[in-house]
Amino acid sequence: MHNTPDSISLDSRSLHLRRLVARALEGGTRGHLGSALSLVEILRVLYDHVLHVHPRDPAFPERDRLILSKGHGCLALYAILADLGFFPLEELDRFCHFDAILGGHPERGKIPGVEASTGALGHGLSIAVGMAIAARLHQQKHRVFAIMGDGEINEGAIWEAALSASQHRLNNLIAIVDYNKLQSYGPIADVVTLEPLADKWRAFGFATFEVNGHDLDALRDLFTQPLAANQPTAIICHTVKGKGIPMAEHNPDWHHKSRIPPAEMEAIYSALGGRHA
Amino acid sequence: MRKTCLNCVLELAKNHSEVLFLGSDLGAGTMKEFRKTFPERFFMEGVSEQHLIGMAAGLAMEGFIPYVNTIASFLTRRCLEQVTIDLCLPNLPVRLIGNGGGIVYAPLGATHFALDDLALMRLQPNMTVIAPSDAVQMRAFMEISLSHPGPIYIRLAKGGDPVTHPKGLPFVIGQAIELAQGTHIAFLCTGAMAHPALIAAQQLTNKGISCSVWHFPTVKPLDQAALAPIADRHTLLVSLEEHTIVGGFGSAIAEWLMDHHPHPPRLLRLGFPDRFPSHYGSQEQHLAAVGLEPEAIARTVIQSYQRQK
Repeated sequence: MHNTPDSISLDSRSLHLRRLVARALEGGTRGHLGSALSLVEILRVLYDHVLHVHPRDPAFPERDRLILSKGHGCLALYAILADLGFFPLEELDRFCHFDAILGGHPERGKIPGVEASTGALGHGLSIAVGMAIAARLHQQKHRVFAIMGDGEINEGAIWEAALSASQHRLNNLIAIVDYNKLQSYGPIADVVTLEPLADKWRAFGFATFEVNGHDLDALRDLFTQPLAANQPTAIICHTVKGKGIPMAEHNPDWHHKSRIPPAEMEAIYSALGGRHA
Repeated sequence: MRKTCLNCVLELAKNHSEVLFLGSDLGAGTMKEFRKTFPERFFMEGVSEQHLIGMAAGLAMEGFIPYVNTIASFLTRRCLEQVTIDLCLPNLPVRLIGNGGGIVYAPLGATHFALDDLALMRLQPNMTVIAPSDAVQMRAFMEISLSHPGPIYIRLAKGGDPVTHPKGLPFVIGQAIELAQGTHIAFLCTGAMAHPALIAAQQLTNKGISCSVWHFPTVKPLDQAALAPIADRHTLLVSLEEHTIVGGFGSAIAEWLMDHHPHPPRLLRLGFPDRFPSHYGSQEQHLAAVGLEPEAIARTVIQSYQRQK
């Protein structure tokens, strides 16, 4: 089948970012690997081509805001932020260490480029709504992105926020769902099915799009298209949990792993073409 | 007290463009004047307290100072995680105004009682917890509420509460106020318990037992500087709160005494017992049922005092 989330092969930058994810995973000997790997292309396209942000001035007022509401996907965020120079790459080696800035969930105020402390699920879209309203009140032109997990949107607060975003006609708000079809326990369809998911967001008043979340061109086209004039946008990204590491793909056992043995780390690096490819 | 508080929000908004008003689904016409004057800074978000707090956090991160108002039980319990993670962890200047702190909503039953709000808010690092005694004190507080850097929970009493706040006294967050001077027993009260405490203290004083009365409009941070000499000078302390005795104001006093006082005096904690009140009726009936009206307070305290002697 042509151009499915599974069929996309990863280019050198996608492999490079995954090696940074692996580096942090190794540094902490733990992490939400599967949840991060479905996100890499979404974040990569946003940071490389879409977001107006500066690593040297992470808090300038006109920047675009990105909230990783699925905070457990933070390894992917840390990889791209480190790669762009928001903080030194060496911080990845201290992931989850006692005095590290990079914890198992991202915290505002500790990590340059992180807008909100997330990890308790279902919070990020409401914060994004507040930021989008603030931008409007300040007559600023920046946009606010909130990335949610598919399991995360089980939370009722997400749908409270969706009602509000629509009520306020927040055309500067982009809600992104990383739809990798697996939550912690197992397949979404077996735990709490979300379908018809696009219809749900449409019914809540969002201009709603679906995209292959590993297709760089498709993501870029969608993220850079003009926003709807009078409503918020929802982008459902079909992704593969664990994308790029065969043993982790579609495998709920890799949602989160701790005490990862060296042999498994080597298998991860080997799937990515080696440590220093 | 609520009217004064909300009027103050409007007054603050007139001079400070960063002040916003957020409500859930308040009574028809609430803050009509604010909405008319500043329509773009007025938000009625519907019955969605979790979202309301997250949205307030997002606004505060961008430099606004949201004053958020809804019923105290929903503002503290329903969205506790949002209060903890979205407001307290990043230490954002959001003001939470809780209607009906305590047993004000007596006829509406257990769903609407806020007998644990002080405890829940006190548990959160960075949170300041304010329980004014009356409208005058509320005004004094609201005038200085803008500049505090972190989140504040403001507990509203029923309204029409007798004024005990000393005239012209400015409000200082974290400072207790001496309402009556005495030598034997010290009444330490918060919120609208100031007036019953004063009456009970007067009754005891009339019987020859000299009582001090201190009001703590700030439950957190507790006024430790005031507490130390109070504990030194009295043989019995009595805490009074319209709140469960588990984890609230009296607990804060007890914790401080145990941790910091070399010879803590006896502390009698008066409040609601650790069970759901199973009645409706009026606030007064509930207070009477748990011994929190002045005569019952005086009786309990005198018994405790005499037993001690």
